[in-house]
Amino acid sequence: MKEKKKTKIIKRIKIDADQCNGCRACEAICAAFHAEPKYSSVNPARARIHVFHDPIRNIYLPVYAGEYTPAECAGRNTYTLNGQEYDECAFCRASCPSRDLFKEPDSGLPLKCDMCETEPPLEEPMCVQVCIDDALTYEEVEVEVEEEEEEVKVEDLELGVEALIDKYGMDKLMKTLARMAAAKEEGAV
Amino acid sequence: MRYTETGFNLEVDLTHGNIEKVATDPRDTELFLGGLGTNAKILWDRVPPETDPLSPENIIIFSSGLLGGTLAPSANRTIVTTLSPQTRLMAFSMMGGFWAPELKYAGFDKVIVRGKASGLVYLWIDNDTVEIRDASHLHGKGALETAELIREELKEPRARILAIGLAGENQVYYASIEHERSSASRGGIGAVMGSKGLKAIAVRGTNDLNIAHPAEFWEECDKILKYIEFRRENPIKGVPPILAGLGSPQEMAINDEQWHTTSFSWGNARVRRKDFWTEETEKRWHEVQSRSVERLISCYNCPMRCGAIVPHPELPTHRYMMKCYSKLTYVMGAMADDLEFGFRIAGLAQEYGVDGYTAPQVMAFAVELYENGILTDEDLPGFPEKNEDRFFYLLDKIVHREGIGDVLAEGVYWAARKIGKGAEKFDHNTIKKHEQIPIKLGMLNPIYYILWSTGEKINITQIEGQMPQAPFPTKELKEDFIKDWVQIPTGKEEKFKQFIMEWGEEGKRFPFWPPIDLICELVEWQETMHYIDDTLGLCAGLSSFPLKPAYHIHNLPVIISHATGLDIDEDGLWTIARRTRNLVRAINLRRGLRKTDEKPPEDHWKKRFPEYEAKLLDEYYKYKGWNTDGVPTRETLEGLGLGYVAEDLIKRGVLKGNGTSSSEASGEKEKN
Repeated sequence: MKEKKKTKIIKRIKIDADQCNGCRACEAICAAFHAEPKYSSVNPARARIHVFHDPIRNIYLPVYAGEYTPAECAGRNTYTLNGQEYDECAFCRASCPSRDLFKEPDSGLPLKCDMCETEPPLEEPMCVQVCIDDALTYEEVEVEVEEEEEEVKVEDLELGVEALIDKYGMDKLMKTLARMAAAKEEGAV
Repeated sequence: MRYTETGFNLEVDLTHGNIEKVATDPRDTELFLGGLGTNAKILWDRVPPETDPLSPENIIIFSSGLLGGTLAPSANRTIVTTLSPQTRLMAFSMMGGFWAPELKYAGFDKVIVRGKASGLVYLWIDNDTVEIRDASHLHGKGALETAELIREELKEPRARILAIGLAGENQVYYASIEHERSSASRGGIGAVMGSKGLKAIAVRGTNDLNIAHPAEFWEECDKILKYIEFRRENPIKGVPPILAGLGSPQEMAINDEQWHTTSFSWGNARVRRKDFWTEETEKRWHEVQSRSVERLISCYNCPMRCGAIVPHPELPTHRYMMKCYSKLTYVMGAMADDLEFGFRIAGLAQEYGVDGYTAPQVMAFAVELYENGILTDEDLPGFPEKNEDRFFYLLDKIVHREGIGDVLAEGVYWAARKIGKGAEKFDHNTIKKHEQIPIKLGMLNPIYYILWSTGEKINITQIEGQMPQAPFPTKELKEDFIKDWVQIPTGKEEKFKQFIMEWGEEGKRFPFWPPIDLICELVEWQETMHYIDDTLGLCAGLSSFPLKPAYHIHNLPVIISHATGLDIDEDGLWTIARRTRNLVRAINLRRGLRKTDEKPPEDHWKKRFPEYEAKLLDEYYKYKGWNTDGVPTRETLEGLGLGYVAEDLIKRGVLKGNGTSSSEASGEKEKN
């Protein structure tokens, strides 16, 4: 008899681009929720969601920040859907060298959607809460998994350091850190 | 740290190509909040009253509101303030969209433009990097087309752009400023941009906007959102569908246009068609609208879908965006029964950048003059037979200022006087030299009499709101309306609710009911809430305009205090709004506004009562702390910290020495 497969709960945000009205409330609340302290500032350029918004082409497409990637794509294809031409990048969630999207505007460090994980947990990510037209809806689904995967959690800090290594090289980064640490110590004396 | 505002204005002198980032005085924020309030202060301080609106000396201010760009839903308005070429008074037209929040994120609260460029230019604000760029290649381009070309040129699809079309370049007196789905169109502010050689302003911002009490502020904003959701499920009962919800009238989502088409006048504000809306019309219009509306769309950080994307094969952009009542203005002006015509001409007109209220009325006026032999085939060579075609013909002439179009480009009031030959008689729907919404009704409405007369925003929809248009037909509906009517100012709850309950009963009908003091309170409340919105940059659609709005005099002080850290209560907010209102009036008085200008058109109602109307106006002036000429008294101005305004008005003879000027004195002045 076949062994029962293991399952896990996947959290996901369903995007119904047809319902999107382009208000960008999702961007505003995302940036504010991730500000420190919470809601202390608004700056959609810091949002981990971006609405590709091109009214003249009737393009309204919310996209979430995904993984950071150090490499650009080789080709940039276009898709035509329902008569609208979309740039491939419009669907891409990556923080990548070819664009300034999903990067901290001041440091350039990559941003990634964390589903607003917080203590105590929210019922739904904030972007879903403010999207009362239901372009964004939240669901948790149980899916079967082949085998238990060792989940590697890349924390924000690690993600940032990784990006810095890619940008400047491990060697340069280590040297800079050492120098800054020394300077700080000196300043403290 | 400054909260909700950046604390900087961008000052641009187009004559000398000078650009400066100037820190603003936080005391002005305390006195005027922002938006319209601080705009009025700047206009008062800097623009002498004798300034020609289309001269380089006039300034044009593009402002965000105090809450603009924050999490407060609908805090997205751009408030444009300048002197109007049409009314010759202060123009403060505004629009929604995305521009003002982007300006805040770029690090500025306002852009203040003076002077005149030597050629056509546009402004590019990329955070702190600001450039005046050549726009000669954009000459004659449509407003949306211009925005598209600039975005391509800058390689910045996220730049938010406001622009004028050909009408603005040619200084048509009712030229608009267009921005994506929104238009700031009253008072000819697009002509002022045109007179400065300023085709567009593009902005992109990536800075933080700070909030004083973050968690408390968000809690208040969240309540607004929850209330919007509640109202979606719970429309107001007993009113036409178009008025039952929040937002501006939902004319893109709702097909039922019975209320507008049967209550408002057609043609040159001439005919009311009470039987227009038939089942057949509804079916036909529904079909056209379903085909014409591709998507319902919103402004920044607002869930209301008041706008729509509309395909338009004739435009270089192939699409445009429409909102609200402009769907009907051309249709009704042209006496066309065809909604498709409305969608088609509105798209062209918006790309040319003309006001969707005024333009069709000017055209309807021209058609009437032609039909009455005042304009002839000589003035209108090749004038088509069909009204719809005539409107396309006239639109083209006006925006090019070609032939008679050059005269019509100045609006009904000025055109009538230039054309002469009795044309003045056909100017029957302007107040303060500006076309008004075409409504001609039966019995004088004393509340609206004062609103129409004393309004300085020129558009009635920008000062009215929150009150039903007619008494509720049943006691149950009245009770249902007042049971959770929390929007009423403190101390007036019982009076206002009693008004709703009694209105329509025997002996409780217009015009001699309700008592004048209650009329004054209702008028002031409606207008004041708009002035508050205009300082904060909130959309009237969630606030001062619809029945039982989300924002009101009780939650606004809390929201402002948490956002800014200022300590403001209901009385304080009311006082700030009064300060702005009186300063706006002072600016206009200084530019020649007089009591004689404060009257609705003679045929606005069939049944008029001159003595009673005069009394209404006098009582309202008194209620506002204005003298019998409608000039704020010295005490009123000093009480608002506007002593310097009183002094100036006295110096100019608008206000007499002891603070009360007599009618005779100002009458004399007018004869001079």
